[in-house]
Amino acid sequence: MKAGRLALASNLAVLAAGLAVLFGLPAFAETYLIINSTIFAAFSILALSLALIWGYAGILCFGQAAFFGLGGYTYAVAAINMGETTLPALIAVLLPALFAGLLGYFMFWGRISDVYLGVITLTVSLIFYRFVNQTAGEQWNIGDAPLGGFNGIPSTPILNWPGRPGDQLAPEDIFALSVSLLLVLYLGCKFLLGTRFGRIIVAIRENETRAELLGYDVRLYKLAIFMMGGAMAGLSGLLFANSVFVSPTMFSLPVSGQIIIWIIIGGLGTLIGPVIGCIFMQILTNWLGTLSQVKGFGWIDPNLVLGVLLVIFVLLVPRGLTGLTIDFWSWLKGLASPAPTDTATARERTDP
Amino acid sequence: MSVTPLLQTRGLTMRFGGVVAVDHVDFTLQERELRCVIGPNGAGKSTFFKCLTGQLRPSEGEILFRGEPVAGKGSHAIARMGVGIKTQVPNVFDGLCARDNVWIAAAKVMADRAAERRTDEAMARVGIGAIAHRLVGQLAHGQRQLVELAMVIAPEPDLILLDEPTAGTTDEEVDRLVDLIGELNRSHALVVVEHDMQFIRRIARTVTVFHQGAVLIEGDVAAILTNEQVRDVYLGKQAA
Repeated sequence: MKAGRLALASNLAVLAAGLAVLFGLPAFAETYLIINSTIFAAFSILALSLALIWGYAGILCFGQAAFFGLGGYTYAVAAINMGETTLPALIAVLLPALFAGLLGYFMFWGRISDVYLGVITLTVSLIFYRFVNQTAGEQWNIGDAPLGGFNGIPSTPILNWPGRPGDQLAPEDIFALSVSLLLVLYLGCKFLLGTRFGRIIVAIRENETRAELLGYDVRLYKLAIFMMGGAMAGLSGLLFANSVFVSPTMFSLPVSGQIIIWIIIGGLGTLIGPVIGCIFMQILTNWLGTLSQVKGFGWIDPNLVLGVLLVIFVLLVPRGLTGLTIDFWSWLKGLASPAPTDTATARERTDP
Repeated sequence: MSVTPLLQTRGLTMRFGGVVAVDHVDFTLQERELRCVIGPNGAGKSTFFKCLTGQLRPSEGEILFRGEPVAGKGSHAIARMGVGIKTQVPNVFDGLCARDNVWIAAAKVMADRAAERRTDEAMARVGIGAIAHRLVGQLAHGQRQLVELAMVIAPEPDLILLDEPTAGTTDEEVDRLVDLIGELNRSHALVVVEHDMQFIRRIARTVTVFHQGAVLIEGDVAAILTNEQVRDVYLGKQAA
């Protein structure tokens, strides 16, 4: 019961924080900050997608950027060709999910696991990167949409209100949409993990052989969750395309690596950790970038700082920011009420 | 003789390169039979179990479950036909609490609510109610075995395979295990692989002896345990 109440409280806290950002930020923030926050929200959805499939299903996908980029490009190409953007937005979620299904089919039915799965997914994302990079020129037009090679598609259309082509969403609307989707997906993932499907997924992460010996077709479960992760990453790419524009860097190694770093820093095996890790790292990267422009701080290389930070986390804070917070919290509680463990055990002993 | 046996293998063979781990084994088990399998280390008992549960694809031979061939099927498909196994090294969900472990097992064959009830029943039967909310990864080896046993019996499979169920358990737990096996045997068929001869004497009626991958001899427990040949390959070595 206590765990249930705690979960409810944490969900409500996340909901409150999300709503505060959703309605509070536009009240005072300038457009620049709104757009930046939209990118954070889009990336947070990307972090959430890997948090789900790596943290809970144990599938270390090193190429989540493939689905992210695919979502962005699918949206851009479809929107340029169709004009109205509602259907393209749907396709931008479905196509990455289907592609994840195809890739997952070969990996899970081929019994590929662990490190090989990481290598394959990373390679797939890099193939996309190389391929899209060289798509300059008219022979690479898809309908009216030029893939644009190295430059990407700077003319990526902005979402319009459903059914009203040409009536584009303002940056504030895209922001509201992104933050709302992040909230809905976060709570949706929480819910999913409490269902029968979610519990079986976690069990499979713990011991695949046992799940098989109990009669669960592990391949199907892994495929389903992998496709969900692909869909979420595609959605993230779609939102990113609406706040920046699509370019081959969406498929690049730094993006793939970044997602994993967010999760390690935030805390693997949680949903909130990777989101916090993502926003924390984005803010830190932006701040370091600004700092290195300031006179006297030019020697600061943001990437070097981030690298050192990652090493520190891997070595000293393996449970990430979430684990650190929990430890700190129990330490504080320990200070407030001395030796709570003793009273707890005493109570247990007296209980019949 | 028209009764179809629950489990039958014909010429079951498993080779790893040049090593023949299971060598043309013909094994027949009737419905609700209790069979003990003994044999020295490396006799092929666990490999035999792995073939039966689809963890290994046999090199040769047939496995029939109620007359239906299962060799080459996936583990999950065989499990769904009604085969449950407690493996030699416990296969449990370390990161979950004991109760969740058993629930996952029960939930395979029934709806969520019914699975909750069945979980409590199975845990009570095995006697692990007190550790229901402990993480299985933090339990002692014997307790992990019992959790796995509860997972095996929760879905009530028709055939229960137990690979060294007494390893790491206390005397008290062994006593309960003996009772439990007797009780389970009223409605289920069981195959028990064990090294503990005291335990075998307490539960066994028919015993199959494995030696170097093949069936050496099969028969009544009293006859087997006094058999000269069996003593030579197995008990004799232990006494020496």
